[in-house]
Amino acid sequence: MAMITADPKDVPHVAAFAFTPENLAKVKELVSHYPPGRQASAVIGVLDLAQRQQGWLPRVAMDEVAKLLDMAPIRVYEIATFYTMFQLKPRGKYLLQVCTTTPCWLRGSEAVMKACQQAADGTTFSVQEVECLGGCVNAPVVQINDDFYEDLDEASITRVLDAFRRGETPKPGPQVDRQTSAPIGGATTLRGE
Amino acid sequence: MLSDKDRIFTNLYGAHDWHLAGARTRGAWDNTKALLDKGHDGIIDEMKKSGLRGRGGAGFPTGLKWSFMPKEVKDRPHYLVVNADESEPGTCKDRDIMRHDPHLFIEGCLVAGFAMRAHAGYIYVRGEFYNEAQHLIIAIREAYDAGFLGKNACGSGWDFDLYVHRGAGAYICGEETALLESLEGKKGMPRLKPPFPAGSGLYGCPSTVNNVESIAVAPTILRRGAAWFAGIGRPNNTGTKLFCISGHVNKPCNVEEEMGIPLRELIDRHAGGVRGGWDNLLAVIPGGASVPLLPKSICNTVLMDFDSLRDQKSGLGTAAVIVMDKSTDVVKAIARLSYFYKHESCGQCTPCREGTGWMWRVMERMVTGNARIEEIDALEDVTKQVEGHTICALGDAAAWPIQGLIRHFRPEMERRIRARTEKLAAE
Repeated sequence: MAMITADPKDVPHVAAFAFTPENLAKVKELVSHYPPGRQASAVIGVLDLAQRQQGWLPRVAMDEVAKLLDMAPIRVYEIATFYTMFQLKPRGKYLLQVCTTTPCWLRGSEAVMKACQQAADGTTFSVQEVECLGGCVNAPVVQINDDFYEDLDEASITRVLDAFRRGETPKPGPQVDRQTSAPIGGATTLRGE
Repeated sequence: MLSDKDRIFTNLYGAHDWHLAGARTRGAWDNTKALLDKGHDGIIDEMKKSGLRGRGGAGFPTGLKWSFMPKEVKDRPHYLVVNADESEPGTCKDRDIMRHDPHLFIEGCLVAGFAMRAHAGYIYVRGEFYNEAQHLIIAIREAYDAGFLGKNACGSGWDFDLYVHRGAGAYICGEETALLESLEGKKGMPRLKPPFPAGSGLYGCPSTVNNVESIAVAPTILRRGAAWFAGIGRPNNTGTKLFCISGHVNKPCNVEEEMGIPLRELIDRHAGGVRGGWDNLLAVIPGGASVPLLPKSICNTVLMDFDSLRDQKSGLGTAAVIVMDKSTDVVKAIARLSYFYKHESCGQCTPCREGTGWMWRVMERMVTGNARIEEIDALEDVTKQVEGHTICALGDAAAWPIQGLIRHFRPEMERRIRARTEKLAAE
């Protein structure tokens, strides 16, 4: 059970929230994926849209989602607090989600975490320790917004963060010379032999 | 070693085009209508004969699972639900299928959906896999545009719609009934079984939940025949399998290999061997975080399949091999997994909600030896109190790694406790 309730003191007041017309169209599209009357199924997707628009999920956004999906507000709050990807207070421009579960820990996630914590200033970077991201053969992994940065060590995560600071978007994926999940030095299979 | 011509995932590493055109050159969507012409029961029979056991961890026979769906559709529609909530620590195989071979997988969804008489399928992708979900969404659109999905899919006369549903960060949603709850827009809290999903699943309708890999191998099995698949591996443990090798190896990787490959061969041949050589091996978790670890003495000879690993009181699970060399603080490695289960417990059942936290706190004391010897027995006793006393298997999954640690590394745990006691006495 994730403990991600935000301290009300940290949560700025947001007076109103409305989806942009473009996002409203996306809400409609999401709802159309489910049978009539089952629009609550879209709640995770619609909350995600709200979070992408606002940067985080203020209560007025959750209320708007409840209204659009004809759900009791408490059911939406439950979802927003149960799933760890929902941010209940503002965060930096780049959210550094550092995996420290055993496969990443075995390959040095502690040093990567330390570098991320040092960079976290709350405006450019926020840092969050997360459980297994599912990129274990490319450990250690840090998810930065939607992208995975893989095969990291202290030097390479520092390079990646520096690039973000300069306004660049460094190439996601392995930060060492390898093709996705293939062994370093080249695949042992599928070599077209 | 499995030869390339028997590999199903020929674009595992994304060396080639993952879009429709590229996938078709590798054999995906090749006369899918002929596969569907085998009929609902014909497909299920072929899957049963192939011996395919579910690739999500439990190893339940896939064809048998499909056969539990009602033989005719009555007032409630049937649903195919695919579990792409890949979150078991060590496991990253479904990610490669979705981002590099999505069409193989989507074709499998059509075949499986048709076999179980479903007109709709949902793929539940973990929220963190944003880019992987985008590949799937694009590939599904390509399949619709080519007439492979939607009305009269592949000219078969069967209508089939397929949707991607993203999660938002919750390991528990990989449990099939928690996944269904989440898909219905609720918190991911597992349901009591029975009723099983085939009787009452998504929206109370007959549903079957399968792992991505189980679904993605189905079209190839049907094309090449059950006998081909059953001829690979060992009896009751047939076919090919994606292995994820992580931790202290020289070259961590994913690889498709034959079921029953010796663990040592898997690590040496594909992952560049254990860091510092085989003799530097301490232990291996052979099937994802939930299964008990194995010490080197067992790793020397054990085969990587369901039955061989079960015989060693461990399991194949998701075939995620986590390697630990002699530099590893093995108690801390398992304590970190205990924290994982504490974090991911949904809080519904008391033994799990309270037990995972208790076990983690005791494990943290075991790391430093801040305990009494008898507390090792108390810890083991509590794992047995949690195991089997919860709605879903998360409680079991939290208990097993600790049981494995005590079984194989009890002397190390006792050594730490004694060392700390002696140090305190000397001060």
